[in-house]
Amino acid sequence: MKKLYYTPTHEYALVDGNVAYIGITDYAQHALGNVVYVDMPEVDDEVTAGEDFGAVESVKAASDLISPVSGTVVEVNEALADEPGLINSDAMANWIIKVEMSDPAELDSLLDEAGYKAVCDAEKH
Amino acid sequence: METIKLTCLHDRHLAAGAQMSPFAGFDMPIQYSGIIEEHNAVRSGCGVFDVSHMGEVNISGADAEKFVNHIFTNDIAGAPVGKVFYGMMLHPTGGVVDDLLVYKRGENNFFLVINASNIDKDMAWITSQAAGYDVEIDNLSDELGELAIQGPEAEKVMKEVLGINCEHLEFYTFEEMLLDGVHILVSRTGYTGEDGFELYAPVDAIPAYWDALMESGRAVPCGLGCRDTLRFEVGLPLYGDELADDITPVEAGLSMFCKLDKPEFTGREAIARQKAEGPARKLVGLLLDGRAIARHGYDVLDMDGNVIGKVTTGYQGISVDGSIAAALIDSRFAAKDTKVMVQIRRKTFPATVTAKKFYKKSYKK
Repeated sequence: MKKLYYTPTHEYALVDGNVAYIGITDYAQHALGNVVYVDMPEVDDEVTAGEDFGAVESVKAASDLISPVSGTVVEVNEALADEPGLINSDAMANWIIKVEMSDPAELDSLLDEAGYKAVCDAEKH
Repeated sequence: METIKLTCLHDRHLAAGAQMSPFAGFDMPIQYSGIIEEHNAVRSGCGVFDVSHMGEVNISGADAEKFVNHIFTNDIAGAPVGKVFYGMMLHPTGGVVDDLLVYKRGENNFFLVINASNIDKDMAWITSQAAGYDVEIDNLSDELGELAIQGPEAEKVMKEVLGINCEHLEFYTFEEMLLDGVHILVSRTGYTGEDGFELYAPVDAIPAYWDALMESGRAVPCGLGCRDTLRFEVGLPLYGDELADDITPVEAGLSMFCKLDKPEFTGREAIARQKAEGPARKLVGLLLDGRAIARHGYDVLDMDGNVIGKVTTGYQGISVDGSIAAALIDSRFAAKDTKVMVQIRRKTFPATVTAKKFYKKSYKK
């Protein structure tokens, strides 16, 4: 069964077994506005929990992407290279990278749905 | 920390759900519906911007013309009343204190429109330059609001929605008039590369004009986000990006606004010298390979990886294709078609030097 985790920096990790699909949340895409470029790592690159692995750029600004987990990139969402705006149409369906996790215990320090909602509510005020 | 200032339309921006952000000490709308949508509305129809944060200074008195010509790079001597000039105020080094518009209201009466971020600095500078001149300097920034109505439909919207007939108003001229008993100033000027107008009025009069424009549905509310993409595509500079205390108009490619045939103005010697010698760095356009965006402050490199300058502004073009940027770089690399690189996070991206006007202006002249 897939399970959803969040970071306070608005990334999500949709976890299926030992694999995490990482993207930005709907809240984040809405706050960014039109996404015009996604800077993605390459397959076989290593990512580290809490460190940036790329960036998502709106018209106005670039925002770093912070990895929720550590591991190896096994797939990048190539569709975003030509159509970065897909993130605006459906941020959850359009994950950015797929990571084979090296330490699934890291998931314990991520936020659940309620914890993430509290982060967003706090930002709105 | 200073409290953030609000324009006379602040409550309207909040009610419209605009995305707000601090800019030049003001809480300003960055976007309403979206930067791309608003940008396109100005290029093809009509958009309205709340630019009430801009500063206004009136200079009058027996020496007003002489004084403005002393602090301003362009030449206003003998100009007809109703004319608008673009130019800069310079430090003696040639660095830019601010870029501004000067409106000639009367023989010895001038209206200066300055950047919001520089109001305090400019007032101090102008005052410091005034010794020996018989002038009165009035900072009207808190009393006046400003709307920019921009786009090919702007003339019609001004007439049919606001009842201001601008058909006869030429590019870079203005008129003062009474609109329902309120003294306003309207010029055919703007910061988008499109035809359009800027309207100055007391802050308590501005909301009614804004409401009329919104109710008509004929002017799209626009934020500072698209103001920046619009001005950038047509190569207009923004103070803080392409102009600064340590950037000269010669470096920024704006020497045409520095009239060296004037007997004197502050910074004249530095500009004359730099123009004769050629500047060590120049503002250029860059077209990047790929979609990555070169943002303000990113390093520009030569093909060997040496830093040769910095990006001043960069966007994914909206009215033009491609990832485009303006950059202040070593003059030896400033020739068109020179290959350079831009450092974007951990990677470098190839780029080609181009003209810094990416999109053709459509002024009505």
